[in-house]
Amino acid sequence: MATIHVDGKTYEVNGAHNLLQACLSLGLDIPYFCWHPAMGSVGACRQCAVRQYKDKDDNKGVLVMSCMTPAADQTRIDIDDEEARAFRASVVEWLMINHPHDCPVCEEGGHCHLQDMTVMTGHDRRRYRFNKRTRRNQYLGPFIAHEMNRCITCYRCVRFYNDYAGGTDLGAFGARDNIYFGRYAEGALESPFSGNLTEVCPTGVFTDQSHSDHYTRKWDLQYAPGICHQCAVGCNISPGERYGEIRRIENRYHGEVNSHFLCDRGRFGYGYVNRADRPRVPEWTERPGQEAVTLGVDPALERITGALRQARRIIGIGSPRASLESNHQLLAMVGPENFSTGIESREQACLAMMNRLQETSGLPTPTPREIERHDAILVLGEDPVQSAARLGLNLRQAVLSRREELAEQIGVPAWNAEAVKTLGQDRYHPLHIVWPAPTELDSVAVARHALAPDDIARLGFAVAHAIDPAAPPVDGLDPASQERAGEIAVSLLKAARPLVVSGGSLASEAILEAAGAVARALSRRAAQGGLVLIRREANSTGLSLMGGQTLDWALDELSEGRADAVVVLENDLYQRLPADRVEQALARANTRVVLDHQRTRTAEGADFILPAASFAEGSGTLVNLEGRAQRFFRVFEPAYLRPETRIHESWRWLHTLAAGLRGEAPGDISLDLATRACAGAHPGLAGIVDAAPGPDYRIEGLRLAREPQRYSGRTAMRANLDVNEPRPPQDTDTPFAYSMEGYSGFDRPRQQIPFAWAPGWNSPQAWNKFTDEVGGHLRGGDPGIRLIRPQPGHREYPDPVFDDGATDSSGLRALVLPRVFGGEETSARAEPVRQRMTAPVVILARPDAEALGVRDGDSLTLLGVREGDSLMLFGGPDITVSEQEDWPPGWAGLPAGLLPGLGQGATLTLGKPTGGES
Amino acid sequence: MRKNKVLSVLWLIPASWSLLRTMWMVFMHGFRKRETVNYPEEEVYLPPRYRGRIILTRDPDGEERCVACNLCAVACPVDCISLQKGEKDDGRWYPEFFRINFSRCIFCGMCEEACPTSAIQLTPDFEMGEYQRQQLVYEKEDLLINGPGKDHDYHFYKVAGMAIAGKDKGEAQNEEVPEDVRTLLP
Repeated sequence: MATIHVDGKTYEVNGAHNLLQACLSLGLDIPYFCWHPAMGSVGACRQCAVRQYKDKDDNKGVLVMSCMTPAADQTRIDIDDEEARAFRASVVEWLMINHPHDCPVCEEGGHCHLQDMTVMTGHDRRRYRFNKRTRRNQYLGPFIAHEMNRCITCYRCVRFYNDYAGGTDLGAFGARDNIYFGRYAEGALESPFSGNLTEVCPTGVFTDQSHSDHYTRKWDLQYAPGICHQCAVGCNISPGERYGEIRRIENRYHGEVNSHFLCDRGRFGYGYVNRADRPRVPEWTERPGQEAVTLGVDPALERITGALRQARRIIGIGSPRASLESNHQLLAMVGPENFSTGIESREQACLAMMNRLQETSGLPTPTPREIERHDAILVLGEDPVQSAARLGLNLRQAVLSRREELAEQIGVPAWNAEAVKTLGQDRYHPLHIVWPAPTELDSVAVARHALAPDDIARLGFAVAHAIDPAAPPVDGLDPASQERAGEIAVSLLKAARPLVVSGGSLASEAILEAAGAVARALSRRAAQGGLVLIRREANSTGLSLMGGQTLDWALDELSEGRADAVVVLENDLYQRLPADRVEQALARANTRVVLDHQRTRTAEGADFILPAASFAEGSGTLVNLEGRAQRFFRVFEPAYLRPETRIHESWRWLHTLAAGLRGEAPGDISLDLATRACAGAHPGLAGIVDAAPGPDYRIEGLRLAREPQRYSGRTAMRANLDVNEPRPPQDTDTPFAYSMEGYSGFDRPRQQIPFAWAPGWNSPQAWNKFTDEVGGHLRGGDPGIRLIRPQPGHREYPDPVFDDGATDSSGLRALVLPRVFGGEETSARAEPVRQRMTAPVVILARPDAEALGVRDGDSLTLLGVREGDSLMLFGGPDITVSEQEDWPPGWAGLPAGLLPGLGQGATLTLGKPTGGES
Repeated sequence: MRKNKVLSVLWLIPASWSLLRTMWMVFMHGFRKRETVNYPEEEVYLPPRYRGRIILTRDPDGEERCVACNLCAVACPVDCISLQKGEKDDGRWYPEFFRINFSRCIFCGMCEEACPTSAIQLTPDFEMGEYQRQQLVYEKEDLLINGPGKDHDYHFYKVAGMAIAGKDKGEAQNEEVPEDVRTLLP
């Protein structure tokens, strides 16, 4: 701690901060542009000038840049000093001389840091009479719009994109007042974190293209605290709605999970919520092949209960992309003995093992932010940037944090970004990646070992043995692998806080067991450390804590006639298992009820579709990969602007349906009751009740406002339907109001913040007002409850067990590689993500390519897939061959999402395209 | 004592005078020009800056002026304006729909003041009575006129730096030609 004197008042601040950070943390406003809490100071914009005095007797002082001055003890500064104020006003005036006078047609307008700072410094008239410099724009892909005229040259974009996120295709060009930020040639920005440029850029140079396509000002959006459903990290988001559509996803600050940044899948993958083909009313198909008819809520429920009552046995298939509440209501309706999680058996086994390892491996699971404080990392059989992108960014920071360590040794403060970067050069904390395909983190890794799944596990066990000789050795390991294992072990042992990262991407229990063995070995040898296990979907962890049979079991029960009705909850079964198997099982059922918010293949084959709420219209609880239960809240009431819609949360549908099956009146159901029912029935989930405040939560007697105070058009937006305005929807489930009436301020600490706004702070920089210190934690505490805790106890090492390593001689085995864009079912239905998907590539080893008679860049067609005894025949699509030097022979790498239902390790028959027909 | 009694009724003199004067003035009004007009047979004169029915205008080139910036909507104290931004092929922003609920409008003129492009203007027309309140909801086709309204010259895109078809970067007011970033020459 340090004592500083600002404008004659004395404050206690963190002495490791710079003055700007310290003053902002105190709630004092100093204008700034180039400084960013996550990226430190470079002193480029000269905006944050204050007057600093040598000591008590100095009454002249000098102007200093507060971001470049340490908050040392007994520092005396004046923010409200006449000369400093004049200096800051001139700086903004200089920055504005080339500004293009286009705020009305700028997407940043209304949440623009430059607007805020210009108002804060008092600049409002252009005095400069000469011409403005102009610059051309570039096409930067479907996510980001570019308007270079608005640039103020703060360098935040390249500092984030290159230094923080490791991108390589955005740069600063030109010299002096002719600086240009862009790509060397037009084209989509390659980094999966490019979307953060829209929040990092203090002006409108980089704006959200997907938002611009249906643009609404920040003050006109209706928000609720959301949780991203596009992967298992559980980033906190602020989805904004207008006219019954989600218009934009913004980062919602969470001190432990996503802090300031999101990945592009989460930020731009929301389009599926707005799809025109979404089921919005219940639908009934009397006979397969017939046109579906729409039904009202009561007739639909009556028909469904009628049909289900005739069934001998109903199977309920849940979903890892649905909330815990919905899954539990389904489980309660069909009974635990008839409930399947809807997860394929190998994945489910992996999920169970991951939960077990988190409890028993001996190493705790760090939060994403804690990951950044580890100093040696082993990534075993996982590609974090593709499967859990935000974690990839955390891992990168962990590797880069070696710079700060070096800086500390010579007394350079960590916030002095450029000095720290220059000092560090390319010295990183060791990162070892064991993964067959190239990853985004390769550039900062010691080495990447391209191995087949079983060999990854073997190497993992060998590392465990090298760390702790008590761990079982691996038989028949070649000397090269032995040496690699030794190197990895040495670098993990040298570290103070080693981290092991693994996950279920390769659906291999052996790999997870190996990662667990390394973690156990480290827990016996090292003081501190961590184990991160990556799951695939938003609620995979939660559903595996709840438990249930596998999807394979459910399909067997149906196809073998032991059950004749099925209720599928927000799940496209064709994405999980081979199509013929799913089709055969569903065909045997007499009644197929699907609750979903997407028109999936499963929904299309159903007798009844009930329109379920997506994350935008529904509330519920998810558990992320660290075991943190987090609640997401409905953003808007769809029936307000589209009265014909009958969208409800799945847990509401299922509760009513269950009551109907029992022949009872529906009874009460609310979010609170649904959550409590779930928590009460599953001891592992008992904590979820406390994940967020209940519907009675008030601040100073007020509900929390979903809409900013300036929300416009209330009396006109619905006037085309009826000039008589109905009462706004009332929300009895949550503490939020569908109104601007309610609390939306920053001074009362709270966890659930629909949108960040503070007087004078309209941009995302307003989050600084909600945190205990800038870049720290929310003052009300970071939301969520950790459910999985390490259990004490001494445990033995598992014996190395491998999957059947035998390669099938009849063909190549599929190695499904996770991918950010297109690798996840729902976001792959969003238009910008579809545009951003890369062309499908099959990665082959050279000998395999030669055997097939193809070379790099040729096309191949997938002719058939054999998995166990199921055989599927394909006539396409054409896939480009990519030969890779170190690719494990016998395997063919295919991107996830290309062939729905393709299992890890299935045998492929590939052939040259015949041209035309198949 | 008697003198006091006489004095106490002296007030009658100014009072009677005031009464008579008033009667005279009222009488004389009978010969003045009538202020009341025989509306609706006779038209009412409204000054050009009268705040009546709201219109959307076009720029001198005949293009829609409104760029859907939403400032009118946010300035509106009764929240009776709602619109949606769209983008034309030439790069212009325009309102996909523009709706004013005149049953709520209080004709305060804040929208006109907020408008950065002179698009939304109030006109000297108050004849908006309807039997059906629903008819008071005006859509863009009811609001958009074929002229510049009170502001004859202003052309937003000629001032703003955003490029649109027919007006490239560097062709707006006070603009240099676009920089060549591939040169380092001074």
